[in-house]
Order: sequence, then structure tokens, then C-alpha cells
Amino acid sequence: MSNWLAQIWALTVYNVRTIPQRKGAAVAAAVGIAGVVAVFVGVLSIAEGFRAAMAVTGPADIAMVLRSGADSEMTSGLGREQVRLIADAPGVARTAEGPLTSAELFVIINLVKRSTGTDVNVPLRGVTQGIAVRGDVKIVEGRAFEPGRNEVIAGRGAAREFAGLEVGSRMEVGQSEWTVVGIFAGGGGSAESEIWTDAAVLQPAFHRGDSYQSVYARLTTPEAFEQFKDSLTTNPQLQVKVLRQGEYLAEQSSMLIEFISGIGVFVATMMALGALFGALNTMYSAVAARAREIATLRALGFGSAAIILSVMLESVVLALLGGGVGAAAAYWAFNGFEAATMNWQTFSQVAFAFAVTPPLLAAAIVWAVGIGVFGGLFPAIRAARLPVAMALRE
Amino acid sequence: MSTGNGVLVRVEDVHRTFWRGAEQIDVLSNLHLEVPRGEFLALMGPSGSGKTTLLNLIGGLDRPTSGSVEVAGERIDRMSNRRLAAWRARHVGFIFQFYNLLPVLTAERNVELPLLLTHLSKSERRRHVETALHVVGLTDRSGHFPRTLSGGEQQRTGIARAIVTDPTLLLCDEPTGDLDRKSGDEILGLLQALNREHGKTIIMVTHDPHASARATRTVYLDKGRLSAEKPE
Repeated sequence: MSNWLAQIWALTVYNVRTIPQRKGAAVAAAVGIAGVVAVFVGVLSIAEGFRAAMAVTGPADIAMVLRSGADSEMTSGLGREQVRLIADAPGVARTAEGPLTSAELFVIINLVKRSTGTDVNVPLRGVTQGIAVRGDVKIVEGRAFEPGRNEVIAGRGAAREFAGLEVGSRMEVGQSEWTVVGIFAGGGGSAESEIWTDAAVLQPAFHRGDSYQSVYARLTTPEAFEQFKDSLTTNPQLQVKVLRQGEYLAEQSSMLIEFISGIGVFVATMMALGALFGALNTMYSAVAARAREIATLRALGFGSAAIILSVMLESVVLALLGGGVGAAAAYWAFNGFEAATMNWQTFSQVAFAFAVTPPLLAAAIVWAVGIGVFGGLFPAIRAARLPVAMALRE
Repeated sequence: MSTGNGVLVRVEDVHRTFWRGAEQIDVLSNLHLEVPRGEFLALMGPSGSGKTTLLNLIGGLDRPTSGSVEVAGERIDRMSNRRLAAWRARHVGFIFQFYNLLPVLTAERNVELPLLLTHLSKSERRRHVETALHVVGLTDRSGHFPRTLSGGEQQRTGIARAIVTDPTLLLCDEPTGDLDRKSGDEILGLLQALNREHGKTIIMVTHDPHASARATRTVYLDKGRLSAEKPE
């Protein structure tokens, strides 16, 4: 076995050393593979970034309550009495002021997107105790809104992506005018893409009477969720759906993530096919250029399997070089790149940053290796099948 | 491991046919040859007479269309490709007209190649390589790449590679065909020494009567048939 490995190692080292003799073709193949990897990483980093923006957060001790049958906050509706019953349910954390729940409204307003200058849908959320329940919301500029006044705070991503959300600026929504008094960070999921205000002010502004769309509840412990959920779903006075915030966010982002991932994989597959032919061409020419040397090795007694593996390893080495360069370029170009896009499940914009994650880089390298393996396989088989006596005369 | 009466190579009733499209070309017909152990045989004949084809059959690089090839008591024409590769590594040293050295490896790495097919340790391999390079008088050039060696030195490296595993049989295909007379003489002298002093059995294909004069016996191949006399 060690002898066989020594054969493969020696042949691979020999093959790799011959790469500089075929610089042009080798560089072309490696660049092709680098392109595939860069596009693959680039497109999927959008999905990863979106996933991170939507799902990072759901701390396990925050539960969400919607009307039974509602797919999202947009289609949900809860009355004041229902909100009270939810706040009184077991498992809800409490402070001296009472239960830590926030009944919330979720409406869509129009703002101008900075990058395109066009109107886009932006979520405006009315909260009762939104900041206290989330726990991780921090005002990074200005101050929090005062209850009862037409004041809003904008998420950091929203302030970056949409015009007119600077602290001190005013915006008209419906019949009323609102002042931006602060910028906040945190809040989980897509909260940073939202604008928040006092629910009690938002209700009349949007003619919502006394109704809400969701209740966010901080639980005493993550384990208290089941108890909380059971008490609500078995209460005949309520027809509600209870889920953890993280689950909800993942559900809300699934369509877009699948769409972007699908595009990423499709584009990368098309490009990979092109790169595969590049690699095949390179390896076929490598094998043709070395026909006599390969025949010599076989005359000396090197086996077909060792020759096949060594040619494939050479191809994989080339692919890894290309893949490494592509992955590094994609990381440099895309990681942290900030953007906003429409989440079709909430019909509103979500601000996020492209995320080139280690698993994504690993997947890209797997693609590169795949191209290397398939690009090397058929040339390797040809190398091993060359009639030795004939090839020795070339 | 010898065929009876000290015969190392026995070729019996061998035919080798190639096809060029629909045209059948009988390169070797009804060919018989015996090479005793320790002989230095020169195989002469005009171009296209089948010399290299015969050498390839004896070296297990090709198979006869019919007939048998027996080397050191083994029917190599019946071996599987895999077994034949292992057999070549163990029993045959090839010396080529154009040396066939791997250009990206130094002389010593080229010589070491056949040893990678053995179970020798690294230090044992190094010792064998040093011995082989010493035999061919190339110790001081061991770290050089083929492109920095003269033709004669490259062929010496090729010979060192052929003998490093101490094979039963050395097969040389026009070993001096690419060399000037002086270098060619040195190579022939080396082959003669390997035959006389180390007892190597050598079969050498050559065009050159000057080269064949160094052999202990010369046979002629013409139109696929062997004779002891030079054909008219």
C-alpha cells in the first residue's frame, strides 16, 4: 500500500511540476474555475446574508403569537382582550410593571430607496414594549420615541438604505407627520430594516381601532415555551398560533433564500460546465503533450491506476489553485457588502449585508474539487489507455 | 527462473499483425528466437522490418497476434496488463533511443523512478541510485536536470535507470541512434561492460554495424523474418 501511495505521490509531484510547461492552458483552466467559485460564493453570499439578517436573532426565549391561520404579521389580527389573555399566560417573564409582552402593529409605508431613487415598501411597526421585550435593542443615535407622540425610531439598516430617516428629519405617513428621533440597532431578524413607533399612536393613524397584529412575549426561560404555547392553544377563548421568533423569521425568509440559492446554484452550475470543459481541454492537452513520458512510466512498470489518480490529482491541484483564488476574490469583493431587497413574504424591504461564511467557502472549494475531478477523469483514463509501444515512438 | 538450457528468452511461432484501415500488415511472421542467458544480442534490419515490434513483444509492451513469448520461464503473452506491468518493473530494463528521461526530474530522481515500484526504503533507494550512477560514471552529475546534460550523459542516466533494479534483461532500442560516434562508443562500451562484468543479458536493436560489432551475436530481421545472415 505504501509503495502504491509512493507511486501516486511521485507521479503527482512529477505532473504538478510540469504545469509551468503548460502555463497558458493551466492558467486559463484555473481562471475559469476561479470565476465559477467567485460567482457561486458571490450569489450565495446574498442568500447567506439575507438568512443572517432574518434569522440571527430569534433568541430562544422570545415567543410570537399570531392569529391562528396567519402566515405572517401582515395577515394576522388580535383584539385587546386576546392580547390581555396572552400577557397573562404562564411562562411569560414579568417585571415590576407587569408582564414582558409587546402587542404590535405592522404596516407598510412608502419611502425612497437611496440606491435606486424609487419608492419601496418599508415596514413601520407599532410596539407597546418592543424595546423591553427584545432586550437587545440599543439606540445608537438620538433617543427613543416618546409614547403618545408622532415620533419614530429607524433601524440602522433602514436609515442606511432609505432616504429621509436621518435623526431630526420629518416624514409624512398618511394624514400625519412623524419625526425621526433616533436610530436603533439590534432587535433581531429584520428589525433593523424597520421603523418603530408607539402602537397607540399608529393604531388611529391607520384606522386600526383597538386591534393589533402580533404579540411578542419574553419567556422566563427558553424551556417555558411549551408551557406558554400549550396554555394559549388549549384556551378556548383564543384561536392563535404560537411560535418562537427564530422559527417565524426563518419561515418568513425561506422563499427568498431558496430563490437566491436556486439562482446561485443554477448560475454556478452553468459556469461550472464551461469551466469543466476548460479543465478537460487543459488536461487532455497535458496528457497529449506528455504521451511519451507517460508511456515511459508505464514501460517502467507504473500501473494504470496510479497514472489515472496522478493525472486527476494534478487536475484537482489546478482546480484548488483556481478555487482558492476565486474564493479569496469573492470574500474580498462581497463579504460585508450592504444592500436591501424585497422580502416577498412580507412585501417589504430587508436591509442586509452579503455574508461569505466559512461553510460557503467550503462548499465553493468542494465545487472546485468536483470540477477538477471530472476535468481530470477522462484525460486520465486516456493517459492510462494509450498503447505504450505506440506512444513511446511519438 | 530460467527456461531450459540457459535460454532466457524464447519466442515461438510469433505473428504480429497491425491493421491500417482495412489493410492488414504482417510485421512479424512465424518468428522464432532464443536468447541464452548472458548473451549480448544485436538485432539488425532495415527500417520497418519489425525490430522494435519484436523488442516490445519481448519487453511485454505489446502482445503477439499469435505465438508465445517466454522470458525467464514465464509466458508473458498470457499475463494480464496489471501483472505484466509488475513483471516489467521486476525483470526488464528499457534503454531508449531518445533517453525518455522526465525533464522535470533530476538525474538521480529519474534513476529512482523504477525503485518506487519496489518495497525499498528511502535510504535503500538512495543507495541503489548511487550505485547505478556510479556504474555509469555519472555520480558527479546526479543533481542535474536532463536539459543540462549532454546526449551521452542523458543516455548514461537512462542506462542507470534501466539497471537500478538489477533486472534480468536489458532491452535497448537504438541506444546510440541519437549520439555522436564518441558518445555512442562510450555507451556501447558501457553496455559491453554490463554484459561481461555484470552478466546482464542484453538485446539491442540497431541500424549501426559498428554498434552490432560490440554484441556477442547479431541476428537480422527482414520482412518479418529472422536470419543469422545479413540479407542481400
